[in-house]
Amino acid sequence: MTVRVQTEDFDAGAEINRMRLSRADTGAVAAFIGQVRDLNQGDKVSTLTLEHYPGMTEKALEGIVEQAKQRWNVFDVLVVHRIGTLQPTEQIVLVVVSGAHRGEAFAACEFIMDYLKTEAPFWKKEQTPAGERWVEARVSDDAARERWAKK
Amino acid sequence: MQITVLYFARLKESLKYSTEELLLPASVSDITTLMAHLSTRGGAWQEMFSGKQQLRAAINHALVTNDTNIKTGDEVAFFPPVTGG
Repeated sequence: MTVRVQTEDFDAGAEINRMRLSRADTGAVAAFIGQVRDLNQGDKVSTLTLEHYPGMTEKALEGIVEQAKQRWNVFDVLVVHRIGTLQPTEQIVLVVVSGAHRGEAFAACEFIMDYLKTEAPFWKKEQTPAGERWVEARVSDDAARERWAKK
Repeated sequence: MQITVLYFARLKESLKYSTEELLLPASVSDITTLMAHLSTRGGAWQEMFSGKQQLRAAINHALVTNDTNIKTGDEVAFFPPVTGG
């Protein structure tokens, strides 16, 4: 398991290949990339700035990955999350999960993103033509996490 | 009881504070009573901690509910609902 919080960009292709080739019994690698949109709630977004809680962020992400590994039989997990100021189309987050078969890799990847969205201490502020504003948490993100409790 | 308190994102901007060392009165035992204590500072503090704002709290880097007890030396953090990913 690897968790990284960084200002620098990441090479998703290289990360996926590294995990794919690390074990010859790997049959599936699932990956998710989140990127900065140039539009939010009808307003043009010029930059997005991510703040976090150093010390807690890494622990929270490790805790989420640990829960996923207990729930699904996956081989390896990588989470990379960026902080600082980003432009539209820049990558924000990468989650890569490997396993023997696709089902568990897909599920674990989605679970990690749903929990990251609601429990990892990151906050987004966006710059729009009307000025800067903090991005509001979405009820749909809470709902996405809650559905895992039922399964 | 002495603790460290941290504030993040919108909260940090409104309060114009990111961190402070706090010597707590005996009336403070958990997150709820700490919020009530901070609220008595008035102004932005009252606005943020009187219960109107949706806030989350962490003690020593773990998310907690408001009935969680605080002990001396703890690092307590307050922040708005998270929006990463």
